[in-house]
Amino acid sequence: MSTHPSTSVTLAEDQSKALLSGFGVPFAPEAVVHSPADAVSAAATIGYPVVVKLNGERIAHKTERGLVKLNLGDAEAVTTAATTLLSAATPEDGDVSLLVAPMLSATREFIAGISTDPQFGTTVVLGVGGVLTEAIADVSIRLLPITELDAQSMINDLRSQPLLGEFRGEPAVDRHALGAVLMALSDAAAATTHMLSADLNPLMIVDGMPIAVDALVEVRES
Amino acid sequence: MTVPAATEAQFRALFEPRGVLIAGASTHPGKFGFVSLHNLLASGYSGKVFATNRDGAEVLGINCLTSVDDLPDGEVDLVFVCTPKSANLELLRACAAKGITAAFVTSAGYGEADEAGIADEAELVAVCQELGILLAGPNGQGVVSTPANLCAQIVAPYPPAGQIAIASQSGNFVSSFLNWSIATGVGISRAVSAGNAAATSVGDYLSFYASDSKTEVGLAYVEGIDNGREFFEQTRSVAAHMPLVVLKGGATDTGARAASSHTGSLATNDKVFDGACRQAGVCRAATVEEAFEAAATFATQPRPRGNRVVVMTTAGGWGVVTADAIGHSRTLHLVQLPDDLLAELDELLPPRWSKNNPVDLAGGETRDTIPLVLERIAANDSVDAIIYLGLGIQSNQAALLRNGPFYPDHGIERIVAYHERQDERFAHAAAEVSDRVGKPILTATELAVSHPDNPGPRTVRATGRVCYSSANRAVRALEHLVWDAEFRATRAGLPFTSRS
Repeated sequence: MSTHPSTSVTLAEDQSKALLSGFGVPFAPEAVVHSPADAVSAAATIGYPVVVKLNGERIAHKTERGLVKLNLGDAEAVTTAATTLLSAATPEDGDVSLLVAPMLSATREFIAGISTDPQFGTTVVLGVGGVLTEAIADVSIRLLPITELDAQSMINDLRSQPLLGEFRGEPAVDRHALGAVLMALSDAAAATTHMLSADLNPLMIVDGMPIAVDALVEVRES
Repeated sequence: MTVPAATEAQFRALFEPRGVLIAGASTHPGKFGFVSLHNLLASGYSGKVFATNRDGAEVLGINCLTSVDDLPDGEVDLVFVCTPKSANLELLRACAAKGITAAFVTSAGYGEADEAGIADEAELVAVCQELGILLAGPNGQGVVSTPANLCAQIVAPYPPAGQIAIASQSGNFVSSFLNWSIATGVGISRAVSAGNAAATSVGDYLSFYASDSKTEVGLAYVEGIDNGREFFEQTRSVAAHMPLVVLKGGATDTGARAASSHTGSLATNDKVFDGACRQAGVCRAATVEEAFEAAATFATQPRPRGNRVVVMTTAGGWGVVTADAIGHSRTLHLVQLPDDLLAELDELLPPRWSKNNPVDLAGGETRDTIPLVLERIAANDSVDAIIYLGLGIQSNQAALLRNGPFYPDHGIERIVAYHERQDERFAHAAAEVSDRVGKPILTATELAVSHPDNPGPRTVRATGRVCYSSANRAVRALEHLVWDAEFRATRAGLPFTSRS
């Protein structure tokens, strides 16, 4: 869970997404269900393949615990995954549910979020995402609040500019849309008094448009 | 501790005092109390100078007072404190009674020393606040203000007058910047070392500079920043008034911090500071020479209206390396020469010229070629800035001829004079064309440091500009100039040509 002082708490993935999408962060459509049968009907509506995750307020490191089931191609796979996930929940996890979302894949991933700096306060962060995120450390930061010009200059400041152009047969990243995600994060952080951090990781680029497939918001407990 | 910002009048007392009191003057020429009085008198300070010491000795022609009480009322604005820490509170009370409203405290043993020093520093701050005295320092090196011929410093040097104002968290860096000022000839308006910055921070000095009519450019060195948000707000407001260059020590960090998120682990101190500078419109420099040269470039070059650069060189290799540096730049663009300019240059140059950017004259220049080519390039609408390489070559050969065994015979005297005149002309042309067209022209040659008296670099300095010691340093300085201009233009909704 959180390594911030015990005064902070992370929101569940669906709550994190609800909070941020209210400010305009784009997310893939998804359903929150409570049974394998409901997961299957949600998957049919969304369209295969799908991803199913265990969702709950006290569940932060889903991947490390194997609580994300990717690339499920049919009803049988969804049923098996949903059953496994629900039985993997421990009493410490508290109330849990299942999150069903389309299985997106992207050649390009970014990471975007809100972070609190001890000297400078709340910051907006944009970085090159994926498994090499920390090793590449291509990141651009501004202090809250940011303007549209700040958002565009954050994007321009990334070293990996080729990732933003036309790339492997995919269109260039829509810089206005990417800037809008940063503005939305800034707005969300400014309006949420107790927000300590927020993570969109990954922020995928699908057909040139940014779309977040995971969200984690951490707030100071009041 | 939060201290109310010093007033404009208090900053005037610090930088343009009607009179100065050196407290703790010494007869020993190795002591700060001697050196500071010496530097004050030697720099030609025109206000009244007083000094105190315990036995009322005469120091450098000044008859020291044994007590501040003997000072005339209302004639002194600034006290320069060289006394031991234990004497300072009583001293400052007596100074306030005589109308002094600014104190530069050099005394050590305060917050930088130990727990007791921290407590003493807090008391010093409180007493100064109570007395209405601006507290600079303690543990600081001094203050320089060329409009007042003021050099109240415990170390050299005293710089030429100019438009750059310096605030530094380290006294050493004040000296470094002042030494670069002397080397380049680009002058200083104010300089102050903040010492422990107990009451007056680097950001506070910069805020005063922003409203100072004698200052056009800010230059700062900072290390630890206690209140980053305040520093950001101050520097953003300063940068809205004038270009501001910041060098930060302690710039590397491991990123080790308690972070529950991936974005948190990416947001290291240095990256956050970097982002704050970009957002505030502050030019962040990586080295002391880069910082000074950026500031000096702001003080001496017109502002570009775009990022399209032409390199003009009298010989090939320099141009290639400079083009590489521009190619690596995220800010600058090596512009392809437009057809009209190609045609104009074809008329001025022999067929073997590069016909490309860099404009390589290939040694084909006659008497007027360089001024004419500079003029045509600068006047072209597709060009925003020029880097000029190769100045001083002729004079360097002239120096060898002049100092060789054959001078002045064999026609040597005449050709030496010609070479030297030519380099002077070229340097004047670069400045004159730049001023007339309103576009930056940066001249770079290592002769600026290897042979600073070469008529080329010497004349560049005489025109008030920097002769950069390498093309790469000129490129770096131009990057700051262009970045700043683009930042201002985009924030103001004005056009700026940015090519990538």
